Amino acid sequence: MDPHPDLTSGVVFGLGWFYLILFAMNACWVVRSYKQDGEMHLFGIEVPKASFWALYAALLGMVSIAHFTGSSQPDAFLIRMPEIFKDYADLTIGNSKLGPVLFFAGSIVGFVLMIVLREILVVPTVGWVLLNGSLLLLGLSMTDYDFRQIVAKPDNVPIVAMLFIVGYTTWLYFARAVDNDRRVKEGRPLYEEEHQEKILVWPDLVYSELVCMLVITAVLVAWGIALDAPLEEPANAAKTPNPSKAPWYFLGLQEMLVYYDPWLAGVVFPSVILGGLMAIPYIDYNKKGNGYYCFEDRWFAVSTFLFGFLPLWVAMIILGTFLRGPNWNIFGFYEYWDVHKLEVLNNVNLSEYFWLTLMGGAMPKVDPSAGAATQAVQILVREWLGIVLTLGYLVVLPPVMAATVCRRMFHRMGFLRFMVFSNLMLLMLALPIKMVLRWAFNLKYIVAVPEWFFNI
Amino acid sequence: MSIGDYIRSSQIWKSIFRHPAPVDRRNRIVVMLTNFFLHLHPVSIKSQGIALSYTWCMGGITFFLFLVETITGVLLMFYYRPTLEWAYHDIMALRDVTTLGIMREIHRWGAHAMVITVWLHMYRVFLTGSYKPPREFNWVVGVLLLVLTLLLSFTGYLLPWDQLAIWAITVGSNMARATPFLGHEGPGFQLLNLGGFDLITKGSDARFLLLGAREVGEATLNRFYILHCVAIPLVVATLIAIHFWRVRKDGGISQPL
Repeated sequence: MDPHPDLTSGVVFGLGWFYLILFAMNACWVVRSYKQDGEMHLFGIEVPKASFWALYAALLGMVSIAHFTGSSQPDAFLIRMPEIFKDYADLTIGNSKLGPVLFFAGSIVGFVLMIVLREILVVPTVGWVLLNGSLLLLGLSMTDYDFRQIVAKPDNVPIVAMLFIVGYTTWLYFARAVDNDRRVKEGRPLYEEEHQEKILVWPDLVYSELVCMLVITAVLVAWGIALDAPLEEPANAAKTPNPSKAPWYFLGLQEMLVYYDPWLAGVVFPSVILGGLMAIPYIDYNKKGNGYYCFEDRWFAVSTFLFGFLPLWVAMIILGTFLRGPNWNIFGFYEYWDVHKLEVLNNVNLSEYFWLTLMGGAMPKVDPSAGAATQAVQILVREWLGIVLTLGYLVVLPPVMAATVCRRMFHRMGFLRFMVFSNLMLLMLALPIKMVLRWAFNLKYIVAVPEWFFNI
Repeated sequence: MSIGDYIRSSQIWKSIFRHPAPVDRRNRIVVMLTNFFLHLHPVSIKSQGIALSYTWCMGGITFFLFLVETITGVLLMFYYRPTLEWAYHDIMALRDVTTLGIMREIHRWGAHAMVITVWLHMYRVFLTGSYKPPREFNWVVGVLLLVLTLLLSFTGYLLPWDQLAIWAITVGSNMARATPFLGHEGPGFQLLNLGGFDLITKGSDARFLLLGAREVGEATLNRFYILHCVAIPLVVATLIAIHFWRVRKDGGISQPL
């Protein structure tokens, strides 16, 4: 018997429930569509658009029944993720050179498309199609043994739930924002302005709070009964797991360790993130968008925040949780986590590029027995290019920005506020910049001073 | 006279609730002003300010989850012993044999949920521009609460004392080793020395402060237990009080005054 079966009776049966829920969701959608979507012409007759959803829902119902009846013979069961798709996904995402590039570039492309195509995205039918698409992809992927090993790990279940909730809230935001942007353009009052009448907190708010508390309690109890909370073998300091991962909400930071040393990725950048978050209200001088959803009135602030939250935080958590396996190598969604997977990456420091490749000479020596001052001078000589570039990026670039592209911003913000703002922006972009440098040039450190644990 | 009327007209009932049931407009206002738990709220509110599609209710859910974590956490403290000998054993027993051992499942899942809802709360507050004047400072308090929520979750991660726990904490706390100036593998730690002796060593740096030892061990378990059950919750409770008070003083959850 296959020790790693793609399908077992339990999995097929569970997926039967999954498709049954999907069927029920779409049955409700049929009703909504019948009431709201109207009709279309097909071969000369009027057909309600809902009939297509009805067909789709019926198909889901049949798929569900097929799962329930087919669960006795999982090996012969046909509805599963095609091998060719899995192989292709693993070859691209699981490739150590290509994988991170594809993943990050893909999340950026998705992010840009989301903003550019927001007017299409917020059409309810489009949102529903996206939700169904992602659920079907998840359901089909669950027919893979290795995918299940990662996604169904107790600690990772909340992350999957979070992805759908973040997706939904983001969609909801754009739906409200696009609506308000249209109202502004047409000179109509904002949605929020139309709902300013005062109502009593008892009963309207107090009762909804009570209902909310009951629902959350029920969800938690059901969750606690259905799924055992994470608990592994007893602690053993002699047995290091591979990979060793931080708690899931810190995996974005752990992913940064690939590109930056711990003092930056683990200490300085988290502090900057928190400081930057606290600084937001003092930097954002835009008075518009206070207390209502909108995009166009504050597109820059919203895009920046969404960029930090979606591709740089949530997507990094996905990458760290689902795609980083033993030795922090990248693995495809359907790939076996092989401890012996080899990743040959020969990364080179900027100073080595300069002295060895460009100048064709030898690296300047740093005498470890010399005094601190002598060493500092020798290190300065060796690393001058990286130090100049780093200082240029953080010290010279902000004034240049203030004098050129950000002149209007600089005048409205004033000196101190602009300097804080520009440095926060540059530090936020430092991660993508280092990623691109690593992928394109195998660059290890821009400034490498291992003598003092000071590597950038 | 019905039994309900009899109870409601008794001296005991009237000493607790100083007004008739909130069934008419006047008493619906009075109940908000006289009830300790309800006076957190204003008496009346703009209808869009409580619409679910506007608020997502994430701040409220986060607070409720904090209460759930407190209640289940206190119950767990009656049972769980933070020692190397018993910690894992007690968690296993909670899962397999203890009556109401489901408290541990709820506590753990609730903690995960709280991390997510606190992010989404921040997400909503940002997207509605609710950090803008006059609510700048409350946003700062909120960011502090976000950090403390993550720290609560992080310190709680260690307590089951399983493989997941000690290695996640090892990976997380290894970062402290690299703290500039204060970590024994951080840049600039050599600058802190007295007469050639390093002040920052493996036994005195930021990581040691966090773990109470050179490696994750019993001292760490004790330290994280106190942080998780007493120290951080006290700070969080204080900041939550300030956070809510400021919401009222700044004129509701959003919109200019």
